[in-house]
Amino acid sequence: MAISPPSNRLWWKEPIHGIELGWIVIAFLWGLFMFFFMIAWHFIGEQNLSSETYKIQPDAYSEKVEAFASEFQAVDAAGNPIEEDGVPVVRPPAGGDAYILARLWEFWPILELKRGESYRIHLSSADWQHGFSLQPTNINISVHPGYEHVVTLTPTGSGVFGIICNEFCGIGHHTMTGRIRVVD
Amino acid sequence: MTTIDHGAAPTYADTASYRTCRFSGLRIEANAELLIKVNAVAAVIFLALGGLMGLLVALTRWPAVQLLPAEWFYLVLTGHGANVLLFWIIFFEIAVLYFASAVVLGSRLAAPKLAWLGFVLMVVGAAMANYAVLRGDSSVMFTSYPPMMASQWFYLSLIIFAVGALIAVFVFFGTLVVAKAEGTYDGSVPLVTFGAITAGIIAVFTLASGAIILIPTWLWSIGLISNIDTLMYKVVWWGMGHSSQQINVSAHVSIWYAIGAMVVGAKPLSEKVSRMAFFMYILFLQLASAHHILAEPGMSSTWKIVNTSYMMYLAVMGSMIHGLTVPGAIEAAQRRNGFTRGAFEWLTKAPWGNPAFAGMFLSLVMFGFIGGISGVVLGTEQLNVLMHNTIYVPGHFHGTVVAGTTLAFMAMTYLVVPLIFQRDIIWPGVARWQPFVFGIGAGGISLFMMGAGTLGVARRHWDISLTDAAHAFEFPAAAYLMMGLNGIFAILAAAGGIMFILVVVASILGGPRLDVAGAKLVFPLHDRSREAVSEYGSHGTLKLPGTMILVGIFFACFVLYYFVNWKYLSELWLFR
Repeated sequence: MAISPPSNRLWWKEPIHGIELGWIVIAFLWGLFMFFFMIAWHFIGEQNLSSETYKIQPDAYSEKVEAFASEFQAVDAAGNPIEEDGVPVVRPPAGGDAYILARLWEFWPILELKRGESYRIHLSSADWQHGFSLQPTNINISVHPGYEHVVTLTPTGSGVFGIICNEFCGIGHHTMTGRIRVVD
Repeated sequence: MTTIDHGAAPTYADTASYRTCRFSGLRIEANAELLIKVNAVAAVIFLALGGLMGLLVALTRWPAVQLLPAEWFYLVLTGHGANVLLFWIIFFEIAVLYFASAVVLGSRLAAPKLAWLGFVLMVVGAAMANYAVLRGDSSVMFTSYPPMMASQWFYLSLIIFAVGALIAVFVFFGTLVVAKAEGTYDGSVPLVTFGAITAGIIAVFTLASGAIILIPTWLWSIGLISNIDTLMYKVVWWGMGHSSQQINVSAHVSIWYAIGAMVVGAKPLSEKVSRMAFFMYILFLQLASAHHILAEPGMSSTWKIVNTSYMMYLAVMGSMIHGLTVPGAIEAAQRRNGFTRGAFEWLTKAPWGNPAFAGMFLSLVMFGFIGGISGVVLGTEQLNVLMHNTIYVPGHFHGTVVAGTTLAFMAMTYLVVPLIFQRDIIWPGVARWQPFVFGIGAGGISLFMMGAGTLGVARRHWDISLTDAAHAFEFPAAAYLMMGLNGIFAILAAAGGIMFILVVVASILGGPRLDVAGAKLVFPLHDRSREAVSEYGSHGTLKLPGTMILVGIFFACFVLYYFVNWKYLSELWLFR
């Protein structure tokens, strides 16, 4: 029994039964497949998380985001700045850099992107750790203070998308959201 | 054996007192028995406390109920994680380690005074952690990611608890040495002990990781260190946080083998294969820290792929092997016991009325199908982006730690109470149904949290309706339904938990005594008279059609679910 010493003292010389051997081979090959499929997806897939990261002081990052927001602030026909919920809507140039600041308790500012265009989205936090969870498309990326993460993102659908914070960040965590608008 | 004169002073070896269990034939030493008892009792107390907190969490996350206010929710959620994931499981694991060394090997416990010191430190640490959390200034979640800071008592309590646990693990290793030196067993250690050694080795790695990260974090909380790097913290903290779950895996797989042996007389199909599978855990399971870093900046894809896959999934292979050999050993034993008709008579006529067996088998099935498959999918580099930090993650680990580990530990308790406490189960009718009530509840919460997570619901979040949020966002109605069902199944699991605690506590306090002459067990262990026919390798006993069918279904589910998630991923926005 499993709670008594092996009845055969030379247990390591016993043959392995065919059922077990077959299953070991299947499990090993399936493991190899799953391992190499992750590598393969870097070549055949279009959803691979970037590892482009820079160290940055949270204050310096906040200033960069503010400079970005004032440079690309969206304006309406009359030349007035567009805001939603009191937060500026920013239109980064297609193919260019766009910045999102995670802070207690919002993602700032609101980005307006064009469908099918690529943007270098910069993510970092001004204070604690946060979670960038883009809904309903369901892309989830951790956001650290002190690390500027650059992800090249290409929206494939248009509409209004929510960013929900999914890393616990204190008592206001459940009020922390942001927004990305995607236009055709 | 030895000619050295010990002199007049009696050694522990001379003074140790033993009794022989009338039911199992095991030789049980008094110190080992007492320490198993106190650790098991402490475990059950923290299960009760943490389980109650878990119910409050689930009822708060049920959108129609939303029981607790936000501040209390985050406080209770922090306490829930610490009490069940750390205290309940590690106290019980220490009991398992002492059982698998001293009791299974028929040895005395090495250094009982040190074992008591370890126990006292663990109790102090666990109590201090609850104090720190209930003070209200440590609602940082179980993971306590900096730069959010808990009170210094929170970090200190975990360090004290870890030191106590480390001492206990070394008492376990010492007991192995004592058993070998005093020749209490012949040949190699039993498989269950081998599995426990795996758990012990991983525990040392885990507790060392915890010390490496929690000591500087504690110094930071009292102002001696100015900064803790957030990414470094996560990598090292999860060396404790995830690897400690691998202690659970090793421990509950050992328990599966032990219950199979004790209830139906199961022998490992092959000692070599089962031990090799445990050995894979020692070599590769510690890499799992990466599972929590897949959606992080700053780590290369190469590092992520190698670590998250436990080096080409060799540790997953270990679990898949146990997934065959545990039911295979039971099928082989049941066929020897005479249940040979069809592919599944061995299973349908299994002792389902014995909660030790029922709990063990449910644990095996749910750990594999729910916890195991979801774990591999969640731990795939790219697929992780689909679910990272959503409530899918708690869904996965309730499948492993609640439906898997906790259910297995509960099942084992039904054997520990008669064998160690020498009391019979007081309400057999309640005990009979308990594994099913708890198991269905635990399976339900796992599945519905996973379902809500695929719809994007965040974990550790008080309000999915986002009422006071900076910008409104509407989750689909299905997400609300899933969270409601999660609440209902949490009530079921809590009912199962209460049944467990009532039965165990009442049995220990007032169950029929088994240490009197002529006492009989209501839940019989395996009838040892059948064992003679169960020799390894006879072809008549090793046809296992039922197990092959079960494993085939498992593999089909695994492959299908794996590719379904790649399909989901391919439909996301493009990112690189």
